[in-house]
Parts: sequence; structure tokens; C-alpha cells
Amino acid sequence: MGSKRDSDIQKKPKTGFSRRGFMRGVGLGGGAIGTALLEKEAVAAPPPAAAASGPGEVPISLWVNGKEHKLNVEPRVTLLDALRDHLSYTGAKRVCDRGTCGACTVILDGKAVYACSVLAIDAQGRKIQTVEGLSQGSELHPVMKAFVHHDAQQCGFCTPGFVVAAKAFLDEHPNPSDDQVRDGLGGNLCRCGTYVGIRQAVLEAAKGMRG
Amino acid sequence: MQAFEYANPSTVDEALGLLGSTWEEANILAGGTDLLSLMKEYIHTPKRVVNIKNLKDLGGISKTGSGLRIGANVTLAELAANADVRSEYPALAQAAMGVSSMQIRNMGTVGGDLCQRPRCWYFRNGFGLLAMKDGKSLVPGGQNEFHAIFPAGQAYFVSASTLGPPLIALGAKVKIASKSGPREVELEKFFVAPKDDKSREVDLKPNEIVTEILVPSGSGIRSATYEVHQKDALDWPLAAAAVALTMKGSQVGRARIVLGHVGPTPVVASRAASSLNGKSVSEAIAEQAARAAVAGAKPLSQNGYKVQLARVAVKRAILAAMA
Amino acid sequence: MPDYKWPAMDKRRVMGKPIERIDGPEKASGRAKYSTDIKLPNMLYGMLLTSPYAHAKVRSIDVSQAEKIPGVKGVTVIAGPGTELQWQGAEIAAVAAEREELALDAVRAIKVDYEVLNDHFVREEDFAKAQAAQKVQPSGEVVTGDPDQAFKEAEVVSEGEYGIPVLTHCCLESHGQTLAWNGEKMEYFPSTQNVSGIAGDLAKQLEIPAEQIHAHQDHMGGGFGSKFQSDRWAAEAAKLSKGAGGRPVRLHLDRRTELQIAGCRPSFFGKIKLGAKKDGTITAWDSTTWSTGGLGGGGLNAQLMPYVYREVPNRRINHSSIVTHTGGARAWRAPNHPQVSFLTCSAMDDLAAKLRLDPLELFIKNANYTARANVYVSQLKKAAEMVNWKSNWHQRGDSGTGPIKRGLGIGVGTWQGLGHNATCKATIHPDGGVEVELGSQDLGTGTRTIIKQVASESLGVPMKDIKLNIGDNRYPVAGASGGSTTVGGVSAATRKATLNALEKLFEAVAGGLGAPAAELEAVDGKIQVKGNPSKSMTWKEACRKIGVTPITATGENNNRFPGGLIDGGVGGVQIADVNVDVETGVVKINKIAVAQDCGLIINPKTAASQCYGAVIMSVCGALMEERVMDAQTGVFLNAEMEFYKLAGIKDIGDIEVHLDIVPEYDARGVIGLGEPPVVPGIAAIANAVTNAIGVRVPTIPLTPRRVLDALAANERRRS
Repeated sequence: MGSKRDSDIQKKPKTGFSRRGFMRGVGLGGGAIGTALLEKEAVAAPPPAAAASGPGEVPISLWVNGKEHKLNVEPRVTLLDALRDHLSYTGAKRVCDRGTCGACTVILDGKAVYACSVLAIDAQGRKIQTVEGLSQGSELHPVMKAFVHHDAQQCGFCTPGFVVAAKAFLDEHPNPSDDQVRDGLGGNLCRCGTYVGIRQAVLEAAKGMRG
Repeated sequence: MQAFEYANPSTVDEALGLLGSTWEEANILAGGTDLLSLMKEYIHTPKRVVNIKNLKDLGGISKTGSGLRIGANVTLAELAANADVRSEYPALAQAAMGVSSMQIRNMGTVGGDLCQRPRCWYFRNGFGLLAMKDGKSLVPGGQNEFHAIFPAGQAYFVSASTLGPPLIALGAKVKIASKSGPREVELEKFFVAPKDDKSREVDLKPNEIVTEILVPSGSGIRSATYEVHQKDALDWPLAAAAVALTMKGSQVGRARIVLGHVGPTPVVASRAASSLNGKSVSEAIAEQAARAAVAGAKPLSQNGYKVQLARVAVKRAILAAMA
Repeated sequence: MPDYKWPAMDKRRVMGKPIERIDGPEKASGRAKYSTDIKLPNMLYGMLLTSPYAHAKVRSIDVSQAEKIPGVKGVTVIAGPGTELQWQGAEIAAVAAEREELALDAVRAIKVDYEVLNDHFVREEDFAKAQAAQKVQPSGEVVTGDPDQAFKEAEVVSEGEYGIPVLTHCCLESHGQTLAWNGEKMEYFPSTQNVSGIAGDLAKQLEIPAEQIHAHQDHMGGGFGSKFQSDRWAAEAAKLSKGAGGRPVRLHLDRRTELQIAGCRPSFFGKIKLGAKKDGTITAWDSTTWSTGGLGGGGLNAQLMPYVYREVPNRRINHSSIVTHTGGARAWRAPNHPQVSFLTCSAMDDLAAKLRLDPLELFIKNANYTARANVYVSQLKKAAEMVNWKSNWHQRGDSGTGPIKRGLGIGVGTWQGLGHNATCKATIHPDGGVEVELGSQDLGTGTRTIIKQVASESLGVPMKDIKLNIGDNRYPVAGASGGSTTVGGVSAATRKATLNALEKLFEAVAGGLGAPAAELEAVDGKIQVKGNPSKSMTWKEACRKIGVTPITATGENNNRFPGGLIDGGVGGVQIADVNVDVETGVVKINKIAVAQDCGLIINPKTAASQCYGAVIMSVCGALMEERVMDAQTGVFLNAEMEFYKLAGIKDIGDIEVHLDIVPEYDARGVIGLGEPPVVPGIAAIANAVTNAIGVRVPTIPLTPRRVLDALAANERRRS
């Protein structure tokens, strides 16, 4: 079980896998996916190739917020449930569980995804960032600070999903307009109705992150 | 979800070897946004899930001598961001952006969009693809506001595909791998209205994989997709239209118009399209074509409004293509 | 006895300030733990088997295959042979297993032989069909004045039909709990609006003494009126835990079941006839309405009409409840009010259109029928100003030639509020520490923050130096959070408890400061002689004088005797400004203006959030949210979150909130703001759409289908 931060992993792939070896291992040569992965580092052992795993529990390894976690799950366990129930990352919430509401949003290889719609076994070898991984110790991420400042939360159950989605959105749109924020966060739902604060918070966070 | 075994092949051949001859044996996992939901509802209960995200050759968008090749694993986000797509095939980029969730665009793939199952709420509640009960479909006498205005037989659901209409309008083909070798199918023919609950709505066998989409050159073509959404946030279109107009100077040389979310397959509106041939597009001409596009609609008890939505979508798509 | 009254507005140092909610960082960082996040050692995963049918009888049930699955640690049968299942989602059995997947397998392995009953009436919007199905329960006619004569004399009579369907609560955190037995005692982690009361409710189900159950909740993910009771699933989880030797069990409803059975808001359909003078003065009211609250029927109080404009002199009100085989209704944020507001305001708007009057004038003209005419008149004017009514309003349907039609519409609301009973305990420690305890809960409304603001204001101690304990039934009892009674209850109790404790502190330090206790005050971390900062000691110095035993004091709020600190009864007006694309029927909100009477505002930031959130819920209800039942099968077709549509971040337009934070309103004391702003929005949006497109869309939500169908029907009428 490692305890390295992302930055360390970027430098030194774990488990002795060289990048080239990793790429051979999963048979990636070219194309967009290959290229996309080449730009990042392989962060963990790749999933087993053609041989099928399961249906019973199988050992898997997940890289979450810069830490490697080894766990046993059935292939049918989603990344969301693995994070919440097998590990202790409960920031991502299970709400619709059908890829609609965004409460389970995590960042997978730099992209926001619905963790309820990813199999845990399929998230091996990929860099997983949850809401817990965004703050540095007790220091809140600028998006979180802005959410607090603009009261962009009530019951708070959708909030971690929104925070992660906002972070991923701002990574791609560092200087968004109000309209872009409204368009960009259409994949998350809130029941208490905190959207007014969220719009303001995301705009403010953008300023803060630009420095 | 029913327990299953998971396989993660790295070549198409390996993947084909892992698929079965029935849908109960194996399902293909790409973006996961639809398959996992279907499995959680026990609508799909495969014994094996074959992840195709790591297959070589299924990624990437590249220009070819005759047009554009889009790997089946290209995500909606990649499609919408691709410079060639944006400049030469705006209808495609617009359709991809019509999926108003960054997360779905990051996950969902082009192949997955074409192969996803219908959102019909009878189907999703376990009544089967055609929602048959006591020998007839529940749809005509039930809650059918989102259903087909161009039904086919007992198939009243609507194709959920976002990219189907623009790709068909652009004359795309799908390339499909199987153990007996690859085959190419006109996308228009890839979508099929099923005759029974056991059939699928696409021409794909359980042991086949959609590997790429081939789109003819878009040069000289003006295209647009217009979707009617109730919500700006993630929501299924109520109706959509994609048009591709091959221009001859200021006039339309050849037009393709395809409706989405109005029938069990994307609906090709040939007469509407040919009404544009040789014309300079005006609002009146667009309206005329739009009316022709819905002339054969057979709305159900609650979805007459979709006839108008489809008409408006066609008109607005034509005007957007010319804008 | 200390003088509990609130400090004057200009003297408040902490209250009235837009302070960031104190649990914000925990929530935004994902550290906040909800019931669904609690994982205890050795925990089992619980799951329910529920009825796939709206009406069926259990002939037999066989759990043997489920029990044989390795890892399954218990199966309980809820609906044994002979039980009639009365709605889809009704609980049949529960299981607990080592892993959630195994629990799911076990649920699927339970074999139930159902006798499906054909009587599964689930759609009530067609009254004739309900009558034919013998599902109507009339609740009798209520007549005031002489409506027949008044209609005869009326210069104009306006009639309309309106409908608003059943909504669900769709709490993002589904109902359920984590719990574990430790011998005879239980640790119980519910998701509830009722921390002090829920253990007793569960104890009653389990037939054990309430004190054996320790309930604790730090955060909860939405309740909106549906999370007061412990529910059957808590009792089953308790049995499963007991059967497994006390191992913890976590059981929360899946999304489908959550929507099916964990609460909904009654529908409301009907016909309204208004009689009036040509100048718009309403003289007569006649309404015939019906609604469903599920199998029990009832659930809606039609006698609240005419809403707000209560004193229309001549009225006849008929209402019937329709019995449907659907999950039961529960309180839904401002029970009854959004529905009766929608029907009443729609009828008034239609009357104005018939008279070609400006509805703003009609709403003002009839204000004498309301309980607070001056409040409503000023709010109507304020909200009108906020949307630039004078230049943006037009006669119904006169909205230009393009496909995009703009319209404005008015809605009104009221709510009682007051404060629930609550006891607060305040402790001042010799080291200067302060603790405040109540068995209350923060639903996300900002309860934690406002309690600390009140305590800080009262003690002159910074908020960060006060330790607040809520969310546990070991703390002094506070009421359930419902009916906008929490802020009143906890603020009054906290004010009293902290001042009572402070009085004791004053007594302890009076000698040292050379002044009687009654002459002391606590300001900015100091105890001083009133108005004389030179004769003072720091808070810490003062507390050292206490000796070794901390000071404790309690304070109570008694709902019946608010005692000047709190009040109830507010008015609110909202005006919606919308665009409708009449070619697609798509409605977009431009802006919603909120003018809300609010009493004393402890925290304007969280108060505004309540208003924003309430308006957004109204946008959902007005435009997209609806339970869709299939009459053929009794199935709830959209018990998920794709077609049970909720507004997203771009769907809500701009919201502008005006709260009257002025001495006149402030003097009334604290008034809850959870319910009031959720009432007028649906009516306002519906009237705005009508104004835009020139025709009433009788039933909401105003989907493209309904808008286009109404326009088409109007075309047919005209041609």
C-alpha cells in the first residue's frame, strides 16, 4: 500500500512497470487512446488482458488520490461502490446510480466521469481523483472555498459531485463566462436548489485558480 | 447487477474470441453509461462483460483519402473537440454537444451512442423492448408522450442515438468486426426496427464489434443538427433533425434530412430532402421541406406535439446549416 | 430573569450578518458524513424486496434460496402469505448480507407467488374515470355567504380548469439508516428531520423503551417533509441486526423505491368559478376539486382556498379525495400551499384576462381579502418593480410576432411558522469554554450557523469559541424540523439558555467588578459594567471566577407563547418573467423576483439561500417534475432521475430576492423561511406562461407537450 502523492507518481511509476512495458502489456500502439495514455504515466499495474476475471471477487488495485489501494471486488462492483464501501472515500455520493445526477463525479485520468457508471475493475491503471484528493490536508481547494463563500450548498449531498465537476470544468475552461458555467455543469443535479451560489462560486474559483 | 466475468482484451481478435453467440453470453462494455444502467435494472444479464476500451485501432479520428475515420471508442468529448469535425461536419459536433453533461461526453463513445438501447420507460421498467403484454404493446394505450410518431409495426420506442441522425445525413458507414472478417454497413441500414422483443434495434450480432465509422468527405457540404430539449441540463431530446446539404453554388445540389427521437430508428426524410434539390434555401423553402418531413407521421394518443417538434427541428436545422 | 429581547438592529454584532455557514467546509470538502456514509466494523448491507405490482396479494413467499447464499446473514419477511400489497414498492422482505451484491442476489432469490389484482387504479386526473372506478371520497360542501346570489349579481363570471400532479420528494440521500445493537442498546444513525423524536418512533415499532436507542446524525441529505418517522425499513434493519448478533446493518432505499414509497406531494385538480365586478373586485368563489394522497386518500386541504385572498365573501367549496394504489403522501415543503396557490392565482389571473385588466391591479385591488393587505400590496409593488412590470407587461397574448413570446405572471403565498418546542442547554466552563446543546438538526438550512450566531450575540463570545452540539437525542429535546419552525424554536431557546447562563456568570463576577449583576453586560469577549468599558474583565478572567463547577442553564421555547422573540405568519409575492418558444413549447425562465416578508433575519446569506432554493424547486414543479403512472399496469414509470426531471443549473434563469430587512418587520422577531418562498413560484410561472402565449395551459408541469397541446386546442376553438 503506497502513500505517495500524485506528483511522486508522475515521476516514478510504481511496481517497476516501465512506460513502454505498460504500453506493450495492454497492447496500445497508436490512435487517440494510446496517445492520451502516453501523455500520462502509467500509475499502476494494468488490468489482466484477455483472460476473464470473476464472477467472484478478484484482487484489483486502484490509484486514488495518489495512493495505491489493493482490494478484492467482484467485477460487478462499480468504482463508486468500491470507493465508498471498500475504501473510505465517501465524498462521492450514490444518488441516481444511473449516470444522470452527477453526485458521484470523480476525475479519471483528468476527466470528470460518473463513478456509478464505471466498473471498479475497469478503473485499474487509471488515475482516480476524488473530492478528498482535492484539498491539501485541511486547506480547502479554491473551488471549495468559493462554494463556502457563496453558500453554494444546503444539505450538501450533491456538493462534492459539483465541486469535482467544477474543478474538472475549470481545468478545461480556466476563464469561463457565466454562460459557459451554466452550460458546463449541466451534468449535475441539486435538489435543494443551490445553483445560484454555484454559478457565483465557480466564477470566483476561476479567478482564484488563475491567481 | 447480476454477477459476471470481466474480460479486458487488447486486440479485436481477442475480443471477438470472448464474445458469444447470444446476448446472454457476453456484452460489450465501452463508455459504460448505458450498459451499467441496463445491467443494474437486470434488463441485460450477460455472463461476461468484454471491455473494449483497450482495443487497439478503435480510437482516434483521422482524415482518410475519402473522408473521415472515427474510431468507435472516440468519446463524444473528443468528437466535439476535433478540429476537422468542427469545421467540416458541424452537425456532428453540435449533436455531441447536445449531450449536456460533461461527464457523459467524457465517457460515452461514438460506437456506444450508436448501439445504446432505447430509453422507453416501458422497456426500462422491464416490460421488454416492445412492451408487449397479452399480445399487444402497452405503448399506444399508455404513457406515450416521448414515443414514436413514426412507429414501425409494434416498435413504438424511439432510437436514443444522438449521432445516428447526423451520421446518416452525412452518408456514414459503420465498420463491424467479426470472426468471419470485417463488414461495412451503411449506417442508415445499421438501424433496424425490431420485429420482436428478442431482436435488437441495430444490425449487430452478439459476436460482432463496431470498430469504426467512416464518413465521406464533408467538403462542400453544409450540415447542422437541431435538437429540441426541454431542459438545458442533461436531458433526452424530444425530437431532433440533422441535415446535410451538398451545395452547388448558392443552391442545394443534394440534401439529406434525418429525424431523431421520433421512430425506432433514425428516420430518413427523403421526400423532404429532395424538395430542397435545386433550390436556394429560404425560410419558406425550409418550412416546406419540414412539412414534407413529417407528412407520414402517425402520432399516438399523447405525442401529437412531437410532429410539430420534428417539423420545427427540420426547419431550424436547414436554416442553421445555411447560416 | 434576564431580558431576552433581541438587541436592537443597529446594536447586533453577529446576528444579521451574512456569515458563511459553519459546516460549509466539511460539506464542500466531502468530509461531512451522512447516514449513507457510515460504515461500522463488521457491517452488513441491508436491502428490501418490494412489490413490482400496484395491487397484489402474496400467495406464498419462499426465502430458502436466499438464505442459502453464502454471506447472507438474515432474511425477514414483511408481507407474509395473504398480505395485500397496495402499491408498487410496498415492502415484502428484507435481507442483510456481507456485501451489497450478495444482498441484491438474495433479494432476487426470494420467490414470491403473487395473485395480481386487477384493481390498481393509479391515475386520478380524470375525475369521471375515478368516479367510474369508485375511488372518490367526497369530503362535503362548505358554503360561506350566499354564493348563488353573488354569482347572479356578478358583472362577470370567469371559469377555469387547473391541475397539478403528484410530485415526489426525491431526496438526494435516500431514506434509511445504519444501526447496530450493543446488547439491549442500539446505536442508530438515521437520515432524519427529527433527531429528538425518531428514536422514540423506532422504539415504538420495536416495542422497546425509547431510552435504549441512541440516535445520532451530523448531516442529512434532504428531507423536505418526508423524513420525520423511522419507517418500516428501520425496524427491519433492527431485526436483521439483532438476528446477526448485533452486527451493524446499513439499509437505504434504492432510487426507484425512494421515489415509489418514501413520500410524495398530493395532486390537486379542479374547476374554479369566480364572480366579480367589472373593476376586478371578486365577489364570489366556487371550486370543485379533487386530489390524491395515495391509498389513504386525502392529503390536501381545499378549505385553504381562496388562498391568501381568504375573505372573498361568498364561497362554495367542494373537494374529493381520490384513492389510488400509489405510495402514500407525506408532508412536502409547505404542505397544501403551492397547490392551492397555483389554483387560486391562476383563477385570479384568468379573471383579470377576461376583464382585460392588469392582473397586478387585480391582485392589489382585492388585497383587503388578505390577512395583511399592506404587506401584500407593498410586495406586489416591489416584485413588479423588480421585473419592470410597467414596461414589460402586456395584455394576455399580446406578445409580438416572433416565435419567442415573453410573459409575466404573479403568485402569492403565506405561511404560519412560529417555533417548535425546544430546550437548549448552555454551559460556561471555568476555562472560558462555551457549549451549546440541542437535540436539533441542520437539514442544510443553516441551523448550526444561526444557533451559534445567537449564542455569540448573547454572550459576546466569538462564534469560533463556542462548541455547538446538535444532532443527537442525548441533547435536550428540540422539535422536528418541519413547517419552518426550527429557526424560531432553536433561536429562542438558545437566546434564553445563553442569557440564563450569562446571568449566573454576572453574579459570579459582580463583586470583582464592583457592580450588581444586573448592571453588567457581555460585549466583544468582555464582561463590563454597562456602557463603561473601563470597568471590565476579559471573558476568560470572568470565567475563572466561576470556581470548579461549570455554569449550566437551560432555555426553552414554547410554541404557544413565543414571547416576542419569534413570530409566525408571513406573506410573499413572486413574479416570473419567462420566454416561451411557441413553435417548440419550450419555456425558459428569464427571471423570478421574490419579495418575501421574513421577520428578523439572523443570517441574510442562508436566508437568501432558502429563497433561491425554494424558487428553484418551484421551477422544477412548474416546468418538468411529475410522477408518471401507467394506468394499465399500475407502474410508476419514471421512478428514476432521467424522466423524473429536475432543473439543472442553466434551467432556472436569474433569481432576485428582496427581503424586507427593516425595523418594522424585524420587530416581529424570528420567522422561519423554509416554507414561505416555495409557495408562490409555480403560480407565478404558470401565469407568466399564460401571459406569454395567450392561452391557459390547464395542467402543469408546463412541458412542451402541454404548451403545444394548449396552443393547438386554442387554434381549434378559434377556427
